[in-house]
Amino acid sequence: MNPGAAPKPITQAERDEILGIVTRHRDRPGPLIEILHAVQDRLGCIPPEAVPLIAGALNQSRAEVHGVVTFYHHFRTAPRGRHVLRLCRAEACQSMRGRALEQHAMRSLGIGLGETTPDGGLTLEAVYCLGLCACSPAAMIDDEVHGRLTPERLDGLLRETGGVKP
Amino acid sequence: MTVTVWVPRDAGALALGAEAIARELLSAARASGAAIRLRRNGSRGLYWLEPLVEVECAAGRIAYGPVTERDVPELLEKGLLRGDAHPLRLGNIEELPWLASQQRLTFARVGRIDPLDLDDYRAHGGYRGLLRALEIGSAATVVEVVDSGLRGRGGAAFPTGIKWQTVLKQPPGQRYITCNADEGDSGTFSDRMLMEGDPFSVIEGMTIAGIAVSATCGYIYLRIEYPHAFRIMSAAIAAARQAGYLGNDVCGSGHAFDIEIRLGAGAYICGEETSMLESIEGRRGEIRVRPPLPAEKGLFGAPTVVNNVVTLATVPVVLASGAAAYRDFGQARSRGTLPLQLAGNVRRGGLVERAFGLTVRELLYDYGGGSASGRPIRAAQIGGPLGAYLPASQFDTPLEYEALAAIGAMLGHGGVVVFDDTVDMLEMAKYAMEFCAHESCGKCTPCRIGSVRGAEALGNIARGINPEGNLVLVEELCDTMVQASLCGLGGMAPFPVQSALKHFSEDFRKRVPGS
Repeated sequence: MNPGAAPKPITQAERDEILGIVTRHRDRPGPLIEILHAVQDRLGCIPPEAVPLIAGALNQSRAEVHGVVTFYHHFRTAPRGRHVLRLCRAEACQSMRGRALEQHAMRSLGIGLGETTPDGGLTLEAVYCLGLCACSPAAMIDDEVHGRLTPERLDGLLRETGGVKP
Repeated sequence: MTVTVWVPRDAGALALGAEAIARELLSAARASGAAIRLRRNGSRGLYWLEPLVEVECAAGRIAYGPVTERDVPELLEKGLLRGDAHPLRLGNIEELPWLASQQRLTFARVGRIDPLDLDDYRAHGGYRGLLRALEIGSAATVVEVVDSGLRGRGGAAFPTGIKWQTVLKQPPGQRYITCNADEGDSGTFSDRMLMEGDPFSVIEGMTIAGIAVSATCGYIYLRIEYPHAFRIMSAAIAAARQAGYLGNDVCGSGHAFDIEIRLGAGAYICGEETSMLESIEGRRGEIRVRPPLPAEKGLFGAPTVVNNVVTLATVPVVLASGAAAYRDFGQARSRGTLPLQLAGNVRRGGLVERAFGLTVRELLYDYGGGSASGRPIRAAQIGGPLGAYLPASQFDTPLEYEALAAIGAMLGHGGVVVFDDTVDMLEMAKYAMEFCAHESCGKCTPCRIGSVRGAEALGNIARGINPEGNLVLVEELCDTMVQASLCGLGGMAPFPVQSALKHFSEDFRKRVPGS
């Protein structure tokens, strides 16, 4: 997330959405992570105001819910860009010049890992293994997987993604 | 006449353009008036040839690859649908030496069948294991698994049947089967290939486990990084339920068993079994101190079987063909077959399932064909980010549990990542510590603090800051982490560092000014 980008307060509709999700999942065994997934899938992130709502409905402490949200790399408290590029940083991709690809991506996008382009078009994230280790280096752009990437191919894919000008 | 053409829907094949090829095949065939039936399979695991297109002909399934979208019109024109000659034609896929020399038991169906077609699954031996388990009953099923010598393929290599026996011996009550599908080790993809290429084998294995230990409820803990596997597994569970293979009355036996998928949330540590249980329960994935073992007090406090995807998918093979037939493969205390995953800087990467005993060198050169870059292979990391780096002088080691342990290495989940001579082993050592710091659950100090200090000290060596002193510090930190961490993350993260220091010391020395 970008420094200084204050999260917008949630709307009444979003509040209702969160409570509806909690109601649908609360009777399942160990529901919290399922609820967090559902909230993030719907709202793009887990807004800070969601924590006390979920905690209250599950009869858990806010600290417990906050602790779970912050433990998992996948959960985020602010929305990402319109598109997300997830570059694999694990060993197999490193053995195929993954680090050079990562440097190239950061340079051409002008952002670091975990950051979003100023126009909100794209978030660059690190991922640790996509299971595409025989097709390294690998990445995901939104829900699409890509293997055997080169800087040129990555640039081409980002251009096709739209709203991104590497 | 309608010709059947297979294009994989495996994520690896998709990452190389398989979806565009499937689309192009359909539209080009339609344009030329050819009648084709497009079927989707998993990957055969010959990733350097993906996307691999197979055409059903009188002579068998004729393969072409690696195919690009642009090749499709020309391939059709040159007689792809008749299996005719073309520079991309590889011949009958089953006869390619890379595949024909393998001993595929767990992966027998992967790439051959439509993963979501139950008839296809049954026609290729599927559900024979479950029917036999129902016939011989719970106790005899556990004995079969014990006798097969099957050890957990997730990494810890604990005898699967012994684990099941422990659960079976617990007082009556709720029990669980959990499938660990949190395949986070770099260089491994066998769980993903199975879930995408033969999901019913995982379901069948879990169902057999459920009947064996009297559990009615199963969870698959699946990592969020595998969305394709999630979609295919979900559809397969629904299909199995629909056909009566899951539910209140499995195959009319009176046994109840059903499966739910729980998605992970990007935490490597949740591949550790107790951390995984915490996560399924909806908590932070902090590890639990053992004892009690999960087999005694696991998920929601109940006796729980925790097995990896490959292990569970192998169970139907053991039941269908018998313990003795499975045990006949392999050597010493490593019985059966091992699906190795060959990855990284290697010319022919992919999935190699063989009886235990293949050497690292045979894997890297006979199957792998050397490095992808064409440069000499300098190191191979075996067993994921917590596994040791082997130098070329150790490449004659057989890939089996005890032989690797004897040289201070481990097989883990069977992933082998290849590096050429451009690799900087100091950087890889530093990365190992950084990864541990990034993924530590924070419960114990050696892992939480040791990894951060280890990365700092290795960074200082790279910058030439007091290299001798920092090397001593790194060695001491590694020792502390190995001895005092609560689980395998902190306890094994030093292995890649120590092996790099031992076998590639020149990469650490060259930073010392004046040396």
